[in-house]
Amino acid sequence: MARPSVEQVWDWLAGVPDPEIPVVSVVDLGIVRDVEWQGEELVVTVTPTYSGCPATGVIQLDIEARLRECGVENPRLVRRLSPPWTTAWISSGGRARLESWGIAPPVEGRASTGLPVPCPRCGSGRTERISEFGSTPCKAAYRCVDCLEPFDYFKCL
Amino acid sequence: MGAPSPDADLQAFLLRMGDSCLILGHRISEWCGHAPALEDDIAMANVALDLIGHTRLWLELAGEVEGAGRSADDLAFLRDADGFRNVLLVELPNGDFGNTLMRQFLFDAWHVPKLRGLSASSDTRVAGVAQTAVREATYHLSRSTDLVVRLGDGTAESHRRMQAALDRLWPYTFDLLDVDDAETALAAAGVVPQAAEVAGAWHDHVEAALAEATLVAPADGPEHRGGRSGFHTEHLGYILAEMQFLQRAYPGAVW
Ligand SMILES: [Zn+2]
Repeated sequence: MARPSVEQVWDWLAGVPDPEIPVVSVVDLGIVRDVEWQGEELVVTVTPTYSGCPATGVIQLDIEARLRECGVENPRLVRRLSPPWTTAWISSGGRARLESWGIAPPVEGRASTGLPVPCPRCGSGRTERISEFGSTPCKAAYRCVDCLEPFDYFKCL
Repeated sequence: MGAPSPDADLQAFLLRMGDSCLILGHRISEWCGHAPALEDDIAMANVALDLIGHTRLWLELAGEVEGAGRSADDLAFLRDADGFRNVLLVELPNGDFGNTLMRQFLFDAWHVPKLRGLSASSDTRVAGVAQTAVREATYHLSRSTDLVVRLGDGTAESHRRMQAALDRLWPYTFDLLDVDDAETALAAAGVVPQAAEVAGAWHDHVEAALAEATLVAPADGPEHRGGRSGFHTEHLGYILAEMQFLQRAYPGAVW
């Protein structure tokens, strides 16, 4: 097949869902940092979210599988640690999709302060942190004082 | 970034970081399904996951620096106790939940300034790992500090247990803050932070938190050292026996 353009590859990757939060893609999350052809090899640079994220290995496999499915014969995944991933790299579309999925998107300056974040369900600002660690390392557990629902908050990093 | 030639000092230091994260991660994963509350159970498992994630990064780099083709798994599963360079504190048994938290607090208070310093390492590979790890370790420290203060300044029973844990663990903090020639040389080259800087930050944080927790560090008593030379407590062998069993019994097993 003809060598696909870098733009085409970004489009394909935008269709690779995060294994734990399938409503957002790996591109939404901002973990795909670079796509480029080096000779006959397609090099995709990925920055992991959390070093302890169990999904990291799966994400790598999913990206490679997607590229092969699209006919790329020589994809090569490179891990880049510096600069480290930050929640500021999550796209605005990704943030909106997180919220629609019931996960409060990260709020600047709310790294580990435990300050309230808006409830993704009813929008109330009256919420409280139950635990700094939620269902995965990237999330904290919160509770809404108004609608009484518990929810996950995607921690600001 | 260029790959420097194999460097024994750096290799030893990377093993110290990786092994400390590995053994503590393994230790606290023992709480999975046993912690006093669901949130604590999940938090403990999450911290363990983070630490195992750090382990992978440090040991991969240790293997790369060594240049003998050993992977992170080879280093984790195929070394004996005297080859491990972890700080002694992390291999001590969990004890009760208060003891586990006190151990975590004393470790986190060292881990965070250490990683902060390493984030500015002159070795870009070291800096990359530290920049990722430090943000997670900061969460760990904020949680363990909060719980140590709440339990220390809690009921008479929780106070008694936290003070007992502090008395039991304090002698091992000398090993935690210990330095050797290899690390002094690395600090001079800007690869790792100055030991005094890390120890100063540790003392500042620990003393302030203990005061708030109404806990008192022992004024004198034994000072244990030896982790960085491979002299461990009797507890490490038992951890390795459990952790390494599969790879030792079925070499090369994968799934
Ligand atoms: Zn609500």
